[in-house]
Amino acid sequence: MISGLLQTPLFGVGLTLLVYALAQWLYRRTHKILLNPVLVSIAAIILILLSCGIPYQDYAQGGDLVLFLLGPSVVALALPLYQRRRDILKRKKSIFVGIAAGAVASIVSASGLAYLLGGSRLVVLSLAPKSVTTPIAISIVEKIGGLAPLTAALVVLTGCLGAVCGPEFCRKLGIRSPVATGLAVGTASHGIGTARMLEVDRLAGAAAGLAIGLNGLMTTFLVPCLFVFFQ
Amino acid sequence: MVRGMALLLLFQFLGEVISRGTGWPIPGNVLGMVLLLIALARRWVKVEWIEEAAEFLLANLALFFVPAGVGVMMYFDLIAGEWLPIILATFISTFVVMAVTGKIADRLEPENKDGP
Repeated sequence: MISGLLQTPLFGVGLTLLVYALAQWLYRRTHKILLNPVLVSIAAIILILLSCGIPYQDYAQGGDLVLFLLGPSVVALALPLYQRRRDILKRKKSIFVGIAAGAVASIVSASGLAYLLGGSRLVVLSLAPKSVTTPIAISIVEKIGGLAPLTAALVVLTGCLGAVCGPEFCRKLGIRSPVATGLAVGTASHGIGTARMLEVDRLAGAAAGLAIGLNGLMTTFLVPCLFVFFQ
Repeated sequence: MVRGMALLLLFQFLGEVISRGTGWPIPGNVLGMVLLLIALARRWVKVEWIEEAAEFLLANLALFFVPAGVGVMMYFDLIAGEWLPIILATFISTFVVMAVTGKIADRLEPENKDGP
């Protein structure tokens, strides 16, 4: 009877929400950036499934329902972009040029390094959109034929890395403007980096939020163009 | 909430139709975002119609990608076999992007025109 229950969406949805709520509580109590709720939830759920011998396919019955909401969430990113259109237009040069350069640098350095280090075609393709927010990255990688779960894991890793090291790294490079710092961390580390920038400085956080959407758009158009040369 | 969600799904659907119809390698939900941006700018869609649903989704964005990350357990073998290129490329590239975007944006800042 119980094993039948595991194959219903109730299990996957319930487990995801429960673990995520606990991970959020843990993050709020400790404020340790390494205890990022997404990272902790993914690790905890994998551990639970492996230690109980529950196949991923059973979890996915409900997991896919939660994942479905990523689609309309990408469409919803149009709202903050529309609301901040005046800030975008006022600083359009530094924002567009900075993010465009970062988008190209991300695809070329991630895929290029993996290629030079002997990574397989699947790994090289899966690395291309890793600086973009997950819903867009997954859509891109499914279109070009990479591994969506690998990309998702790398996107989260990239996000945590930028969130932990980004502000200090930018200061060491002599970048003083909060907008430039926000754009840098937002372009490299999407939503997880943006959350950190909002804690540091509000203007930097807004710039980072902008970078999520714009980098997502630019990478979507750039990846197919750049991979024409790759094949 | 229901109206907003219906509109977001409608725009995703329209984007999906264009993506599949044209065969462009651009995801339907990204095209949906562009279409919604145009619709908001042209005032075909009012912000109030979608605000509640959009804010709900964006506030919980992080939760939605947990199942995507869990899927990585299916590919532990592949990662174990190629962990060096994967980890090195991810780490180095993240810092390259921050340096490139940060330095260029800092140079072009309107306030920084006569700065160093």
